[in-house]
Amino acid sequence: MNKATPNVTSSNKLYADTVTIHPRKVKGPFRSIKWWLMAAMLAFWHLAPFIRWDRGPGVASQAILADMAGRRGYFFFIEIWPQEVYYITGALLFAAIALFFMSALAGRVWCGFLCWQTVYTDLFVLVERLVVGDRSARMMLDRAPWTASKLAKKTVIHAAWIAISALCGIGFTLYFGDAFQTVREIFTLEASIGTYSAIGIVGGACYLLAGFAREQVCLYMCPYSRFQSAMFDEHSLIISYEAWRGEPRAPSRKGESFEGRGHCIDCKACVQACPTGIDIREGLQMACIGCGLCIDACNTMMDKVGLPHGLISYDSEANLFARAKGEAPQTKLVRLRTVLYTVLLAAIGAGMLFALGTRHTVEVNVLHERSPLFVPLSDGSIRNGYTYKVLNMVRKDRIYSLKTVGIEGASLEVVGSGQGKGAETELQVPGDQISTYRIYVNVPENNVSNIKTPLQFVLTDKADGHVVQSETIFAGPGR
Amino acid sequence: MASLEKDSVSGQYTTGHEWDGIRELNTPLPKWWVYVFWACVIWAIAYWVAMPAWPTVNGYTQGMLGYSSRGDLDNELKLQKVARSQWLTKLQAASVEDIAKDKTLLNYALVGGKLAFGENCAPCHGTGGVGIAGAYPRLADDEWIWGGTLADIAQTIKFGVRNTNGESHVSEMPKFGADALLTKEQIDQVSDYVVSLASKAPAAGSLGEAIFAEQCVACHQEGGVGSKDVGAPALNNNIWLFKGDKEVVKQAVAAQVTAPKHGAMPAWSERLDEATIKMLTVYVHSLGGGK
Repeated sequence: MNKATPNVTSSNKLYADTVTIHPRKVKGPFRSIKWWLMAAMLAFWHLAPFIRWDRGPGVASQAILADMAGRRGYFFFIEIWPQEVYYITGALLFAAIALFFMSALAGRVWCGFLCWQTVYTDLFVLVERLVVGDRSARMMLDRAPWTASKLAKKTVIHAAWIAISALCGIGFTLYFGDAFQTVREIFTLEASIGTYSAIGIVGGACYLLAGFAREQVCLYMCPYSRFQSAMFDEHSLIISYEAWRGEPRAPSRKGESFEGRGHCIDCKACVQACPTGIDIREGLQMACIGCGLCIDACNTMMDKVGLPHGLISYDSEANLFARAKGEAPQTKLVRLRTVLYTVLLAAIGAGMLFALGTRHTVEVNVLHERSPLFVPLSDGSIRNGYTYKVLNMVRKDRIYSLKTVGIEGASLEVVGSGQGKGAETELQVPGDQISTYRIYVNVPENNVSNIKTPLQFVLTDKADGHVVQSETIFAGPGR
Repeated sequence: MASLEKDSVSGQYTTGHEWDGIRELNTPLPKWWVYVFWACVIWAIAYWVAMPAWPTVNGYTQGMLGYSSRGDLDNELKLQKVARSQWLTKLQAASVEDIAKDKTLLNYALVGGKLAFGENCAPCHGTGGVGIAGAYPRLADDEWIWGGTLADIAQTIKFGVRNTNGESHVSEMPKFGADALLTKEQIDQVSDYVVSLASKAPAAGSLGEAIFAEQCVACHQEGGVGSKDVGAPALNNNIWLFKGDKEVVKQAVAAQVTAPKHGAMPAWSERLDEATIKMLTVYVHSLGGGK
């Protein structure tokens, strides 16, 4: 058999080649907004962990902190415990609906301006431009043979990318411990393997996703572009090309009249400016991340040929049609969709505020011991053992009085407290801790006749009178 | 072999065979796959040489590295022992009373004691010292046969009850019935009296009281309060080792007086080290009845 490799032509390949996209530099309001947002977001990401907030002894005095070892989450004045993870669920729900709301009103502002993938890709492209030059220079360099100069340029680019990625990874780790200390440890090589791994994973992801994958992330990895159409209606703002005004397109020569033809001069400035490499003139498409850079590019060209702005604009489908028909465009913010999202947002927000406002700062768990279920004592009374846990979720010690309700003559004793038996006993619970007590409850035999009798533990805060009741059972031999 | 033929749609060569008009594209294994395959084969051969791999008639090939998972476990256990040794030496040096006072030492001893209890004591005394009525005393109540202080408990654990160890608790109750020391009638009367002791209303002036004073007081003491020195249980409460059911307590007492059952317990100092016995002592003491 002939072992020669069969001819593979482009027509029989299963996958299309990935073409590296080199967006052209543009100037305009959208570009400016993107620069400012990038600066603000990166500044927040890297500086927020350094905001101080007094948390008392034993914890980093940090405003935003996920203390894994101590199992607490801190966000300014909010402190949550592991079992209160529903606050995070609420925040995520709120964020998801806010995203839908944003999309219904103003299109993919998240994708175009706020998404970290967009921000870091933008930053990485900026690095390329500063080192190599604009679109055409970069494309030429890519095609050029490997020379010392090309190697030097590529090395500088990748070194800068790696530095940015490493910073991104370091930024991530700062949210999990004292930021100043973590930075010091990282650079003196004293941080844990876990810290360095986190920097490697987050930084590596940044380097790969923003340096190489870029628009592939938006096209193939991110689910959001696939279901964006579910959030849109004809009044949602999108990047739109006014085909009625632009077509038929043709290149324009100086001095030539625009009579009888479209305003699009087919300069492809919009295509070259696009970070995902699409042609917006083909209409709304999945790959459009709504960044508005083609608008800036087109408006610059319109200025040059002396035509009005807005051939490509940030506008709604409805307005596009209105203008085509010569009607006045109108903005319609109040729609069933936006009202619904507003109501949902308000409801979740109010629910979270309520939950935070009425957050319990003490929680109790009672476990009835099962081996032995009950113990008859020599004086004829019956004893049950309980494991009683008090979660004191504030940073101050509290003094409680504990008693039982439900069985006549019950007395209780905290094992090892040295307080002895009594109808009521005192618990001193240190702040920000879970304290576990073993408690014996004694009942004269004649006062319990059932195998199982309901019993309540009543915990009263001696300072403010706050009461926590917990249901449990008292086991006996029965009669 | 048929002639080499190219498929017009995919541009790939076919295998050259034709089955009822169906031809098959020739798609060889990817090169990387073949390389990985051979790398795995080489790895496997190297593994057979280096590591224990093949069974032989009486054992297995040891491999050049001399690895064994049992050896691994051994090493881990040794490391564990080293890690524990600082606690164990501390426990060895301290008395049980000191351990009970030192909070960190007590915590360690309670956890260790719980484990040791589960392995050695729970088969008879039950988890948490719940005991088995009629056979093994409950350790969670405040009634003790041989004493419930730390020292008493340590003594009982170390040397046990009615075993071959020279220092074990030994005393036994006479077989009043079987050895004809008392008649059946007398046993009935004294049993009545013992039951009345437990109900806190001793039948004063009864025939049973006289028999009790004559035969039982030596060990069970005046009023049936019992004696820890000879392991004579208290009879003046409702905790009965050999029968928990009150309806038949009297028959149970009678049976015991006639031909006593005697429990036994091993001397654990012959099986466990001192530190473990100390941990067990504080653990048993903590179960709820420690004096």
